[in-house]
Amino acid sequence: MAYASPRYPVEIVQRLSPASPAKLGGRVVDARNGAALVHDVTGSVWVVCTPVPVLGAWVLCEGLWDGERVTNASCQVVSVPDGPFPQPGGDFLWGQADGARRLGNLRARAVVLRAIRSFFDQRAFTEVETPLAVPSPGLDLHLDALEVKGGDAPRWLGTSPEYQMKRLLAAGLPRIYQICRCFRRGELGQRHHPEFTMLEWYRSFAGMHEIMRDTEYLVAHVARSVYDGSTILPEGARPAADGARRGPVDVAPPWERLTLRDAFTRYAGISLDEALVDEERFYRVLTEQVEPQLGRGRPTFLTGWPASMASLARLDPADPTIAERVEAFVDGMELSNGFTELIDAREQRQRLLRDQQARAQLGKEVYPLDERFLGALAEAIPPAGGNALGVDRLVMLVLGAAHIDDVVAIPPGRL
Amino acid sequence: MYDTSDIRKNVKLKIDGNPYMVVDFQFVKPGKGQAFTRVKMKNMITGNILERTYKSGERLEKADMEERQMTYLYPEGEYYVFMDSQNYDQVRLTQEQLGENKFYLLDSLPVSILFYDGNPIGVTPPIFIELQIIETEPGFKGDTSGNVQKPCTMSTGLKTTVPLFVNQGEWIKIDTRTGEYVERVKK
Repeated sequence: MAYASPRYPVEIVQRLSPASPAKLGGRVVDARNGAALVHDVTGSVWVVCTPVPVLGAWVLCEGLWDGERVTNASCQVVSVPDGPFPQPGGDFLWGQADGARRLGNLRARAVVLRAIRSFFDQRAFTEVETPLAVPSPGLDLHLDALEVKGGDAPRWLGTSPEYQMKRLLAAGLPRIYQICRCFRRGELGQRHHPEFTMLEWYRSFAGMHEIMRDTEYLVAHVARSVYDGSTILPEGARPAADGARRGPVDVAPPWERLTLRDAFTRYAGISLDEALVDEERFYRVLTEQVEPQLGRGRPTFLTGWPASMASLARLDPADPTIAERVEAFVDGMELSNGFTELIDAREQRQRLLRDQQARAQLGKEVYPLDERFLGALAEAIPPAGGNALGVDRLVMLVLGAAHIDDVVAIPPGRL
Repeated sequence: MYDTSDIRKNVKLKIDGNPYMVVDFQFVKPGKGQAFTRVKMKNMITGNILERTYKSGERLEKADMEERQMTYLYPEGEYYVFMDSQNYDQVRLTQEQLGENKFYLLDSLPVSILFYDGNPIGVTPPIFIELQIIETEPGFKGDTSGNVQKPCTMSTGLKTTVPLFVNQGEWIKIDTRTGEYVERVKK
């Protein structure tokens, strides 16, 4: 069957001068008074035609744009729903009140992904893809992995592609980045999905300070790809979790650099040492009092993490109680977590063994060591900095979305 | 018992001896740190809002709630009396416990009574009930759009709004969840 083409997006039709011929295609989302409201991802337009196609039909229309509507149209029905539209069990964004906005968010998400790639491509980074099902998903105490069943060997979906990417550093690729899916069991909330998109990059002959520069320039570049300037979150665009309206954030470099020690004193009124007596207390104060204050108006890099809280990071040569770890916060939301990477194989093995013990003590599943990762470190990798950045959160920030569900194609609750 | 992964909107918890209903919750987790669930709950007796943060995996007590179908009998002083038509048990609720629902208590109205730890704490009337308008301004003939509303008072004392074409003495259907006019009914 041949279909009329070419067709215009609705937003182009609406910019035609009156009396221009208009050809468009879309879905009929409303039909009354001899006209059909034809909707595509760019908008909706009334098309006057006889007969009016049924609600939910996909149509190709040809008519005259009169400045407000498409008139004298002929509509070719190319696909019709089986029954009423929208259907009660229908899995369809149109069926939701905010469907159009969410489809728009997906288009903006694609812009963000392109901007990330252009940023790294301009800086001579190589985009890589590493396996998602891996022999060790990472041993972080508070990250749980999803097991992959049915294969020949034990496999889990990675909680981050860190081990595999460091192997590529060892193999000789000096600057690499990857945009991939990561999986973390049990994480579901306004800012968490059990399956999410991570951007990780590694830069050889560098450390956390270069990584901070990469991060602030990257986010500014992404903001410019969506807005004209470096200010994201136009005033009042994003309701915070507590319902309060937040102000705009200027992501132009340089961002604020703040140590954990100063952050606790400034925002929680207690000393870091006092909070660290009890791990649970530390994380309570961090999430309830400190994090919401970080990166307001201007993003913040939080540094000075205790050595025990960064299993894969190098310790500060000047102060071995501190790890060279940095987290970026924008408008109270953690965006990335990076390190000056630990490249000493022996120390790395000891730390991972300790992580295994800690998991066992908490009754958590103990994943194996990744011997090929440790082998790559033993063969020597160049000193490097790396960062892991939540792409869904970056999209949330630039779009002013309050919930991660709003920026993904299909949220977990609608699978 | 529940644990934090069971928390959803409308889940009922017993906290410090009181029944709470979850109105909102948030999963919070610093990147590599311990996870928490921040819960916003409404006290089902006082309506007060409580916020608590629980460590992931923490055990939470279920509130012992039960709903029973009963019939409204009559007011008695500041109480309202209901009866279980199966076993003729009677329970009494105060005006305060009833809140706005006191305006829907028609004679012999079937309702559902919420019990917490065996004590009645609230009432849910049927979603739609029919009431007579005892007072409203005369409307304008011909205005049937329904877009413009005017205030009115119902036989039970409920105050709401109706479209201009609805007149005093007429019966209307009310949505008891919102207290709003649904449609005119013929009596």
